Amino acid sequence: MKKNKNLITHFFLILFGIVMVYPLVWLFMSSFKETMEVVSSSKLLPSKVIFDGYVSGWKGHGRPGFGLFIGNSLFLTLPTVVLTLVSSILVGYGFSRFEFPFKKILFGLMIGSILLPNTVLLIPRYLIFRNIKVLDSYLPFWIQAAAGVPFFIFMFVQFFRGIPKSLDESALIDGCGSFKILIFILLPLMAPTIFSASILQFIWTWDDFFQSLIYISSIARFPVSLGLRLSIDAMGIPPWNEIAAMSLLAMTPPIVIFFSAQKYFVEGIVTTGMKG
Amino acid sequence: MNKIKRKEYVGYLYILPWIIGFLTLTIAPFVSTFLFSFTDYSVLSGPKFTGLSNYVTMFTLDDLFLKSLKVTLVYVFFSVPCKLVFALFVAMILNRDIKGIGVYRTVYYLPSIFGGSVALSVLWRMLFMGDGLINRMLATLSINGPDWLGDTHYSLITISLLQVWQFGSSMVIFLVGLKQIPDYLYEAAMIDGAGKAKRFLHITLPLLSPIIFFNLIMQTINSFQTFTAAYVVTSGGPMHSTYLYALLLYDNAFRYFKMGYASALAWFLFMVLLVVTSLLFKSSGFWLHYMDSEN
Repeated sequence: MKKNKNLITHFFLILFGIVMVYPLVWLFMSSFKETMEVVSSSKLLPSKVIFDGYVSGWKGHGRPGFGLFIGNSLFLTLPTVVLTLVSSILVGYGFSRFEFPFKKILFGLMIGSILLPNTVLLIPRYLIFRNIKVLDSYLPFWIQAAAGVPFFIFMFVQFFRGIPKSLDESALIDGCGSFKILIFILLPLMAPTIFSASILQFIWTWDDFFQSLIYISSIARFPVSLGLRLSIDAMGIPPWNEIAAMSLLAMTPPIVIFFSAQKYFVEGIVTTGMKG
Repeated sequence: MNKIKRKEYVGYLYILPWIIGFLTLTIAPFVSTFLFSFTDYSVLSGPKFTGLSNYVTMFTLDDLFLKSLKVTLVYVFFSVPCKLVFALFVAMILNRDIKGIGVYRTVYYLPSIFGGSVALSVLWRMLFMGDGLINRMLATLSINGPDWLGDTHYSLITISLLQVWQFGSSMVIFLVGLKQIPDYLYEAAMIDGAGKAKRFLHITLPLLSPIIFFNLIMQTINSFQTFTAAYVVTSGGPMHSTYLYALLLYDNAFRYFKMGYASALAWFLFMVLLVVTSLLFKSSGFWLHYMDSEN
């Protein structure tokens, strides 16, 4: 009886799983089809496997191809991740290991700003970046990351709180300064947290569209998100196989990270439990 | 004594990046948005004070504002509850002792990792366009599918479905919450003869309520600001049926460069969110249940 019930549960879970990932698998298969086949057949497998979509998309049609957009996205995303980590670790360390006046208020404001909707800051931020002449570059992303991202600051504060203070104190007796304690004693312990934070920030920055749309205007600097939109808007009859191929390439880094670092990924979501 | 004090002030040095960022990129913009909302500001010329006229325009002259507000409210009040109910339902099934839970969790979570990315919106367009995959599959079952993206009756639902499809992150958070509910409570209830429905209503729901509340707040704030799906899949159309508030804001600020008016729109959205979240907080007194208060 119990076994039967479990079988039924599994049957529905599998069925539901297929419904969930079928679109993604279909997209993958479509990237190897002829354009006409993408929009006319409902078969999953391509009748003939071709790589035209990848080849022409990568080269572009007399304008920048997808290779450039991928490179741009990396150039935008990697420094953003590094700056986020450095500043958020420092700020998280400051908030969790030191007593100073107004700390409680400042910490409250920091947490409160996680809930603050971005739209209410958007226009003045744009005007600031325009005034300091950094529009159409990746500096708006890097500057915002260097200021520490409240979500990740909170994540690191949670980490530091879990490490007994006695560890710092014994090092203090040995004559280590607070910065040395952070670098030589705490940092080696935080590898998993740093890893979680990096992959989350990488994926969020990689997936971002709205900020890129506002801050970046020249095609030569387009990241993947803007490049992809360009390709579906610019052409008369869209070459669907190419669009499928490019969408799939845009999704590849998050997919690879997700499958290779799933444990850290889920842990990151759960410890702070905030985004998504 | 002196030494300890000096050491503690070092704390400011560590949080300095955030303090600078908070003052220049959060507080100053926050106040500026409020001030700009009372001006006519078109980037080329400086801001000119115009009193409440932006707000008056919103409610009396701008039909798109009211339309967009309505569309956004429908979107939020449909997609957020659907997504959360779904996430909770699946999490409860996965919380049972069954084999392969890791695999299911991974598969269900997968769509969530793409967030508000363009690639996912492009996929959605390929699935739901007139001759897209969905309608072709319906056709094989001899069902004549609607024009999902071109018919005003279906366009907003299609956009909302994309949001519901990404229920994975809420599901993972629910799963963690469910794991924390002690088994003995269920066992005691079963001895007392409580059925499935009763156990769900009197144990699971109350003990999970802080996490439900948390998910509800975060999802509501995020949904009010949804942009990519509506912008890429339907461009806000047809007939503005998917013209979400973020699109209205984007058009006014970055296409028409009406920074003053757009600031008023942004400030209004902030007020709406403030009201909605404080209503949620207020109502939580009636249904929010913390495990500690039990003892």
